[in-house]
Amino acid sequence: MISVAAVTKRYGGMLALDAVDLDIARGEIFALLGPNGAGKTTLISIICGTVSMTSGRVLIGDRDILADYRGARAQVGLVPQEIALDIFSTVWNTVVFSRRLFGRPSDRAYLERLLRDLSLWEKRDARIIELSGGMKRRVMIAKALSHQPEVLFLDEPTAGVDVELRRDMWGLVRRLRDMGVTIILTTHYIEEAEEMADRVGVMKGGRILLVEEKHALMRKLGKRRMTLALDQPLRELPVALADVPLALDHDGRRLVYTFAGSEHGAVPSLLRRLAELGIDYSDLDMTRSSLEDIFVDLVGQRA
Amino acid sequence: MTGAMSMNLRGVLAIFAAEMARTRRTILQSVATPVLTTALYFIVFGSAIGSRIQQVGGVSYGAFIVPGLMMLSLLTQSISNASIAIYFPKFTGTVFEILSAPLSYVEVVVGYVGAAATKSVVIGLIILATAALFTPVRVLHPFWMVAFLLLTSVAFSLFGFIVGVWAKNFEQLAIIPALIVTPLTFLGGAFYSIDMLPPAWRTVSLFNPVVYLVSGFRWSFYGLGDVSVQASLGFTAAFIVGCLLFLWWIFRTGWRLKS
Repeated sequence: MISVAAVTKRYGGMLALDAVDLDIARGEIFALLGPNGAGKTTLISIICGTVSMTSGRVLIGDRDILADYRGARAQVGLVPQEIALDIFSTVWNTVVFSRRLFGRPSDRAYLERLLRDLSLWEKRDARIIELSGGMKRRVMIAKALSHQPEVLFLDEPTAGVDVELRRDMWGLVRRLRDMGVTIILTTHYIEEAEEMADRVGVMKGGRILLVEEKHALMRKLGKRRMTLALDQPLRELPVALADVPLALDHDGRRLVYTFAGSEHGAVPSLLRRLAELGIDYSDLDMTRSSLEDIFVDLVGQRA
Repeated sequence: MTGAMSMNLRGVLAIFAAEMARTRRTILQSVATPVLTTALYFIVFGSAIGSRIQQVGGVSYGAFIVPGLMMLSLLTQSISNASIAIYFPKFTGTVFEILSAPLSYVEVVVGYVGAAATKSVVIGLIILATAALFTPVRVLHPFWMVAFLLLTSVAFSLFGFIVGVWAKNFEQLAIIPALIVTPLTFLGGAFYSIDMLPPAWRTVSLFNPVVYLVSGFRWSFYGLGDVSVQASLGFTAAFIVGCLLFLWWIFRTGWRLKS
């Protein structure tokens, strides 16, 4: 659906994007993760036409964003990071304006359904200035969807919104994906990517570090941790287990075993060896590293 | 919608209609203010002072200043309307929607400048009607009067659009109309014929572009002009071409619109 090839962006001497390549399939939810300044918003802005690229090529549904900008842009809806609305306009008028701006004929039934889906129908005659922050953000989404785009870009869609609205938005994004809309979102909330994304791309310093299917990424780069509460504390790790990456915690009362998420059979093997050594335990706890842990390992900082 | 779209007429009309709606929201500021200001000019210059001034070229002073006053409003309103129209979306961030829409640069300019010029023409005609309440006004060449009205509104709306793109803050937005356009208009023969000036100042005045606009416009009313009507038309056309070229460059490079 979207093909980004060798896209580079320079602001004066600063390299914001460094020959970025990225392909996004039709109908997927793609999450772009990265710390501040990674280049996520710049990349999205270039694809949507609000920032000029220095070099490279972008296709949206086989249409070049420069040579066939009308065809390319007509397929795209953009919800930028900052709320940007004509505060004196009404909800209905601003949504109608967006649809007409994209050259689409009037469709009251569609816009009514859209506003109802976003819980904005009751507020259709209210001026934007009268709405809460969460509602304004929903109006931004309504405007981006007003022309029935095939691709929706959500730049930090739930930044600063409450948990309930965030859950609502996740539901909406899933419904859109079910309708065939391709969704690309940038987020600081790794939880959001973990919850929704089919694939994840991680950016840092203007480059894409990796693009991976989310579950595969978590299997490949994720870690699992088993913690055993020992009956008798250990002063030191048994020499017989020197080949196993173990650690003692809580003054020797807990034994911690960290291993790759993709490793199978490691736990039963360790438990058998512990039994042979007469090391008994009263409790066992297993945890799996989150996408956030993987992200921190990759970029060396929190999102 | 992925089909070929040769022109996004709906998009142009959306911008045009939104701009006209903004005028309705600010009707006092947009229409009543220039009309009131003009009425005050007529009371002060036309009636109070004008009654003591001799006729100019066989036209009473009150009637003589009508084209100049209309031009003063046309210029300031065109620049103000068009500059705010594009500056405000830049200021609030809503310009992203215009830049990401399937609109050509020409269509964006037609939408914004068309609305600004339309407002200016309407205000010009309202001022003409207001003037007729204070002084007898005749229009010798109605076709050319309308032509000058349209061309000047378009020319200075284009210029205003450029100012709006250029401005980085509200001070810059106000500085061009206040410090350049208004003085040039006052010194451009709005209230006098440049023939009344000493020869040296007359020559200096010929470098003032507003002289050509006021002169051509006044000629369409009374057949009187400080410069030839061809020079007035030529200047207006050259100004429009200059603005279009600059706008073409702005959109080609994304100057102050796209980073």
